[in-house]
Amino acid sequence: MSTSTDHGRPDPEATSSASGSDGRPVSDRGDTVCVIGAGASGLTAIKNLREHGFGVDCYERETGVGGAWNWRHDRSPVYASTHLISSKPFTQFPDFPMPDSWPDYPHHSQLLSYFERYADHFDLRSHIWFGTEVIRVEPAEGERWDVTTRSTGGYGPERTSRYAAVVIANGHNWSPKLPRYEGLEQFRGEIMHASSYKDPAQLRGKRVLVVGAGNTGCDIAVEAAQQASRCWHSTRRGYWYAPKYVLGRPADQVNDSLLALRVPLRVRQWLYHWTLRLTVGDLTRFGLPKPDHRVYETHPIANSQLVYYVGHGGIGPVPDVARFHPYAVELADGREIDPEVVIFATGYLPRFEFLDASVFGDSAGAGRPTLWLNAFTPGHPTLAVAGLVQPDSGLFTLSHWQTVLFARLLRARRDRPERAAAFAQRVRDRAGERYSGQVKESSRHWFEVGHADYLRAVERALVELEGK
Amino acid sequence: MSTSSELRIMRGREWSRPIRPARREVLSAVPELEEGRPPLLFVPGFGHGAWVFAEHWLGHAAARGFPAHAVSLRGHGGSEPAPEATLRAYAHDVVQVAASLPRQAVLVGHGAGALVVAHALARYPARGAVLVAPVFGGWRLLGAALRRNPGGTVPALFGGPLRLNRGQLFSRELPDEEARRYVGRLGRAGRRAQWALLGAPDAEPAVGAPPVLVLGSPDDRVVPASTLTRVARRYGSAPLLFPKMGHDLMLDARWAEPIDAILDWLEKEPAAR
Repeated sequence: MSTSTDHGRPDPEATSSASGSDGRPVSDRGDTVCVIGAGASGLTAIKNLREHGFGVDCYERETGVGGAWNWRHDRSPVYASTHLISSKPFTQFPDFPMPDSWPDYPHHSQLLSYFERYADHFDLRSHIWFGTEVIRVEPAEGERWDVTTRSTGGYGPERTSRYAAVVIANGHNWSPKLPRYEGLEQFRGEIMHASSYKDPAQLRGKRVLVVGAGNTGCDIAVEAAQQASRCWHSTRRGYWYAPKYVLGRPADQVNDSLLALRVPLRVRQWLYHWTLRLTVGDLTRFGLPKPDHRVYETHPIANSQLVYYVGHGGIGPVPDVARFHPYAVELADGREIDPEVVIFATGYLPRFEFLDASVFGDSAGAGRPTLWLNAFTPGHPTLAVAGLVQPDSGLFTLSHWQTVLFARLLRARRDRPERAAAFAQRVRDRAGERYSGQVKESSRHWFEVGHADYLRAVERALVELEGK
Repeated sequence: MSTSSELRIMRGREWSRPIRPARREVLSAVPELEEGRPPLLFVPGFGHGAWVFAEHWLGHAAARGFPAHAVSLRGHGGSEPAPEATLRAYAHDVVQVAASLPRQAVLVGHGAGALVVAHALARYPARGAVLVAPVFGGWRLLGAALRRNPGGTVPALFGGPLRLNRGQLFSRELPDEEARRYVGRLGRAGRRAQWALLGAPDAEPAVGAPPVLVLGSPDDRVVPASTLTRVARRYGSAPLLFPKMGHDLMLDARWAEPIDAILDWLEKEPAAR
């Protein structure tokens, strides 16, 4: 399964016959595929493309693999205590299981060692250019792509290489989304986004307000309850706080037993509400707002400790923030609190600063691409995005199958062009499809998918591409 | 006996009911000098433990530069007892050990271990696979076993142990004393796994399209030559034959010939290198 481009690296002296849109020399990389990013999705893209016989050049701005899960990386959002919120079977790559000796919910440092072992096991590092960032990706003739790179930080010359295809795996949890509040500039306390929260020592002995009830917000609120002198937790609405274990097993495994039996959504919702009533009970008696939606309609929050600390008085649930004063924060219900530290666990937005937004059908520049299967963009059959999904389970299984599908699509373009053309038509027809039940409309849920619905859709796409 | 050709992405049962971990025995022999060769993982058949490969094959492979490992499936050899083990649990054991090796491994399965390897190949992209005297189950195999060794076979139908005798496993060239010692060390597989040999679910297709070599002996009293041909055809090749040997090729008197053939194949096969 070797190709002529196996061990080559873009070498400006070797080939510079073509020239880019502005006349700069372009080194032609033939059938090689470019992968942007060596995080979880990028690594599985390299592995699966190689497995299908393609040469790969991967560009990684950092000096190690693991992307968001490598705490040494400046774009990594992990904090000291980050653990998985989906259990092992839903988190691991489907063809490279995590060790039996690991717990149900591994720690982020285990995740990093998992990706490092994956990279070594499948010999992926020799295809990765570390310390190299991609600054431009432009369409070239013949549905190929010109990728311009330079050393991370802007040093050194720019270099453009032409690729047969591109996989974008730059992650979507590194560009903080900060809401606007009246008076935030005047606030005299410390303000930080959850992305710069690393260690509970930052909270010790302080009065802390945590804004946002995503999984990160809940984790930080729990740590504040343990370390800070006071903790308020502000949420826009009531949520369903699911425990990590129910009926003696990881909760997602119990949920999937029902999915495997194809129990309808309404019945699952009823069972879920009933299970929560038996375990955590009615949360409104703690002052938490009643959820304004059914379970499964927002991204699931798996946190066994939040309710525990609310019940012990460690966390004071408060409504949305109305405005900031220099020494106080005014809440939506008119109350005023006086935190020293405010942490915004308000999430992230995807960013593709190297790509013209119109390529993704996002001419408004809102940052929300229009894609099929959250991966394929109409009119650009040789471009795929890997890992731009927010599943109600682990992400890596989904990235794996996305990149398998893309590798097989590239193979079909060579061997069975009529199949590839039919696929391109389906991308145009179905771009923007959703793979979840009804969800709350907010940028939080742009990429929300139910893992079962999504993987069934990918399976169908594979069968349509290759079946009889 | 056809492999289902469809890739299965939805694995609800595997996700919601993961295999319970079990302590595993892994025996290894590694070359003194790392030569960049792929590691080999040997998987013994039912009733056999990793020791059957430790006798000759592991050391021989290491001497030729291949890091060699052998796993005892749960309930076998030095691994944790597991009377209720299923075929899926055995495949899980193999994939776990394979993924723990530093580089992409070649899986070598013997007897029913070859069936376990066929299932493991659907869950791990091996660099290559070798099926030695593969026992893929089925009624024809049962017929042969009943003819040769009714006393050892009939109890297995009712959940008892499947006992293989000297005549099935070894040629006459192997000294009696050694053969008796080997037979005495044999254990048994879980009854659910034994029953799976009669109605084994077809293995899903291998991921990563690894090259597969099938080999065995035409004089094997457990696996008829026709079965070897059929299994090899499933993987698009013909079997490599070693006449005048018993079922346990790694223990029989002329054990060096098949392992040398396997290593030669690995050295020549471009995808497995």
